[in-house]
Amino acid sequence: MSYVKPAFRHPELPRNELGYTKHDYEGGLSTLCAGCGHDSISAAIVQACFEMNIEPHKVAKMSGIGCSSKTPAYYLGHSHGFNSVHGRMPSVTTGAYLANRDLIYLGVSGDGDTASIGMGQFVHAVRRNLNMVYIVMNNGCYGLTKGQDSATADVGSVSKAGSVNPFDAIDLAGLALELGGTFVAQSFSGDKHQLVPLLKAAMHHKGFSFINVLSPCVTFNNNAGSTKSYDWVRDHMEATATIDLVPLRTEITTAYDDGAHQSVELHDGSTIVLEKLAHDWNPRDRNSAVRALHAARDEGRILTGLLYMDEDRPNLHEILHTTSEPLNKLTHVDLIPGASALEKINAGLR
Amino acid sequence: MSHTSRTNDFVVRFANVNGTGSASANLLFAKSIYRMGVPVSPKNIFPSNIQGLPTWYEVRVSEQGYLGRRDGVDLCVTVNPQSLVEDIRSVVPGGYLMYDSTKPLHEEMLREDITFLGIPMMQICTAEYQDPRQRLLFKNMVYVGALSALLNIEFGVLEQLVSEQFASKAKLIPPNIKAMQLGVDYVREHLPHPLPFGVERRDLIGDRVIIDGNSACALGAVYAGATVAAWYPITPSTSVAEAFDSYCSELRVRPDGTRNYAIVQAEDELAAIGMAIGANWNGARAFTATSGPGVSLMNEFLGLAYFAEIPVVLIDVQRVGPSTGMPTRTQQSDLTLAAYASHGDTKHPMLFPSTPTECFDLTVAAFDLADRLQTPIMVMTDLDLGMNDHLTAPFHWDDTRSLDLGKVLTAEDLDALPKYGRYLDTDGDGIPYRTIPGTHPTKGAYVARGTSRTRMGVYTEKSEDYQDNMERLTLKWTTAQSLVPAAEIHHSAVPTRDGMLYFGTTTQAAMEAADLLAAQGQPLDQCRLRAFPFGADVAAFVETHDRIFVVEQNRDGQMRQLLIAELGIDPHRLVSVLNFDGKPITADFITKSITRSVTRSTTA
Ligand SMILES: Cc1ncc(C[n+]2csc(CCOP(=O)(O)OP(=O)(O)O)c2C)c(N)n1
Ligand code: SF4
Ligand SMILES: [Mg+2]
Repeated sequence: MSYVKPAFRHPELPRNELGYTKHDYEGGLSTLCAGCGHDSISAAIVQACFEMNIEPHKVAKMSGIGCSSKTPAYYLGHSHGFNSVHGRMPSVTTGAYLANRDLIYLGVSGDGDTASIGMGQFVHAVRRNLNMVYIVMNNGCYGLTKGQDSATADVGSVSKAGSVNPFDAIDLAGLALELGGTFVAQSFSGDKHQLVPLLKAAMHHKGFSFINVLSPCVTFNNNAGSTKSYDWVRDHMEATATIDLVPLRTEITTAYDDGAHQSVELHDGSTIVLEKLAHDWNPRDRNSAVRALHAARDEGRILTGLLYMDEDRPNLHEILHTTSEPLNKLTHVDLIPGASALEKINAGLR
Repeated sequence: MSHTSRTNDFVVRFANVNGTGSASANLLFAKSIYRMGVPVSPKNIFPSNIQGLPTWYEVRVSEQGYLGRRDGVDLCVTVNPQSLVEDIRSVVPGGYLMYDSTKPLHEEMLREDITFLGIPMMQICTAEYQDPRQRLLFKNMVYVGALSALLNIEFGVLEQLVSEQFASKAKLIPPNIKAMQLGVDYVREHLPHPLPFGVERRDLIGDRVIIDGNSACALGAVYAGATVAAWYPITPSTSVAEAFDSYCSELRVRPDGTRNYAIVQAEDELAAIGMAIGANWNGARAFTATSGPGVSLMNEFLGLAYFAEIPVVLIDVQRVGPSTGMPTRTQQSDLTLAAYASHGDTKHPMLFPSTPTECFDLTVAAFDLADRLQTPIMVMTDLDLGMNDHLTAPFHWDDTRSLDLGKVLTAEDLDALPKYGRYLDTDGDGIPYRTIPGTHPTKGAYVARGTSRTRMGVYTEKSEDYQDNMERLTLKWTTAQSLVPAAEIHHSAVPTRDGMLYFGTTTQAAMEAADLLAAQGQPLDQCRLRAFPFGADVAAFVETHDRIFVVEQNRDGQMRQLLIAELGIDPHRLVSVLNFDGKPITADFITKSITRSVTRSTTA
């Protein structure tokens, strides 16, 4: 079967600054199970891109393999996408990013795709500080292969089939922090109000932006006893702060009342406004983020929101001193040294 | 066998210890013969550790211009006590062995049928130099000097080469020349000289240069406009990436210091090819270089690139397998692996360079073919070609040449099209049109994927769509047959129904063997393959010969298997000649194998 959405849309849909409607950011009809958390994340991506006035063709949608990795077909229909191989989205994105530093790379992956088969590539993408958004749609199981435990399933979590997971979970956000991730966040597919601004801030960030999104699998991992079910996550979630991204040109309005919020001014003049909930935590201090994450875990809470952000670390292109013009735009003149240079090389070989 | 006077036709073998600075002295020796206008072909035989184990360097000198390896060492220079017994054994009867006579040789090591040339190298250096490191390094220069006196190499040529080598560290020039002079003096006073074979100035080099194949591939990538390289260290391919880095740092840096290229040392080969694929998908020319174990790891990605139709260039510098094999020995044993790499129905074009010049040309061609065919192209070299210096035609570039970026649509193209489908076969050659991300705000976007899709690029699980796509890929393969470089065919002076087929680094030895066999009354037509899939020319060659010797450097006759499978040839007509000991094949081996096979079939 092939799936194409009906083209009809209401003519009066609101438009963003570029004149696009939200429809222009949508993709094909989802084939995921009804109620799958991944679909909510797709919707949040559409909303974030619409609100950010992003030109759809300036985004490249990257993914590996899994239910989660199928989602790029369901949003940003005017963007190119690459549904690559299982666990290898980071390397394909690295190459794409090297070829053109000017696009927004929006990568999605699953917990199997990232924490098991793709762990090596994930770790190195963080380390290189690729300028990309890396979203893990984390359901604690392998959805596409019918519900096996993944490496992010919590110890003691009970699968739909009734088996109890005997292994400790890999904490992807903690790992990203440990590896020097420059934007580390955690969220829940069911919390659009938190997820949309986080996505906007992540796309805005000029380095590796990691968002671990708990995203229940209604078919295989939404039962009582599972620690990745809608109910469990809702009951155990604790937000660090509410967050909003205020772009450069917009004045911060008084909607944020003083004292309860913290403004984080970014290098380009934009601002992230955080309404702090956890008081011992500072999003610019990695140690404080690690401590908060550990404390939450010990108490069985899931800490969500922007955990940490560092704008100062150079990204991969800065590290490599690549020219500011995208490499894929360079022409013959920039690239081919020509016959006379080759003659000189020949002369040096005699 | 007794040696008569033989000018410009001999083999010298150096037995050194890895990491003692012998490599540059040995190269100096080879280069002095080149500068005297005489064809020379040096080959390293080295272990995979960095320091301490024996390494050998064989230099063949050939007035006739035969550049393949030749068995039979006429003069062995040994400064490595560890391999001494083996080295003494390697010399042909009537040959010579030069050794460091600072310590005497054991009686039982001596051979009656060769001449021992003792030079107290260490003693000479100890007397002359204070610094222990200098004593070790200059010992190498002492033997180079001694060789010049024994083989009639012009001392002025050596002086010139040393001055060029140390042009930026001029104070090293006099002591190096002094050390060579000490070697000359010792030979003149104590040893019979010159030897019955030696070098005489000629003008047989023409404009040829000396370079290794890996550097040539890297230079080819620069001239092909490659901007992204991703790699993981593995012998013998590492120096491809290193050379690309060094050429780019000279040729691709802007006045403001920023770079028109990006090189990433990946975390493994999976990531390396993933990066190369991602970059190519995004419109940059990108490549990776590896060897057999790396190609094994890249299999899944090669299947993806084949199916999603993404160009990528892979340079496979083959080494001995399977597994990690003998990592520092040569072989042509990744052919079937590369040809059909990955799961499902896949096949990939391969190019087979035989000289560094061709490494350059075929690397450029590989990028054009990858873009034209939107598929992985593998450049199959090997350790012998990649890591040894070869006498080769100078590199050539035509400034009017434009790169073939294949069927890529611009925003204007997209605006002019009534409809765009990523996998539509508009031209009937099986090759669809691709678009690069970011090209057009509303047209031309598609999702590249390994899962099946319609011609419009939409996900599908319909059997007809899947099959239709696979059939189009077959049509594309047929198109590839006419685009890849043609074979090189030589007809023997005497008409014959026997043929010989070879490729890559087997070429030099095979051409020499053909001469030897012709002289023995066994003429052979020759076909040098330059690419897979095989073109109509190869099919015709096979068609017009009754018996074809397929010469290759692996155990299983992999090229023969490909010929049988792809051209449907009767296996009996293809006779394998196989060398797989890890050393470069020799003309002598090929000649003997073919003679034996011919005798067997005529007496049977
Ligand atoms: C090399 C390879 N091994 C195994 C698979 C089978 N496979 C497909 S998806 C998947 C797991 C997906 O889990 P996850 O990444 O968590 O995604 P989800 O479906 O849960 O969103 C596996 C094992 C594959 N496609 N490729
Ligand atoms: S199986 Fe689970 S993860 Fe996959 S689509 Fe269904 S609900 Fe979502
Ligand atoms: Mg999962």
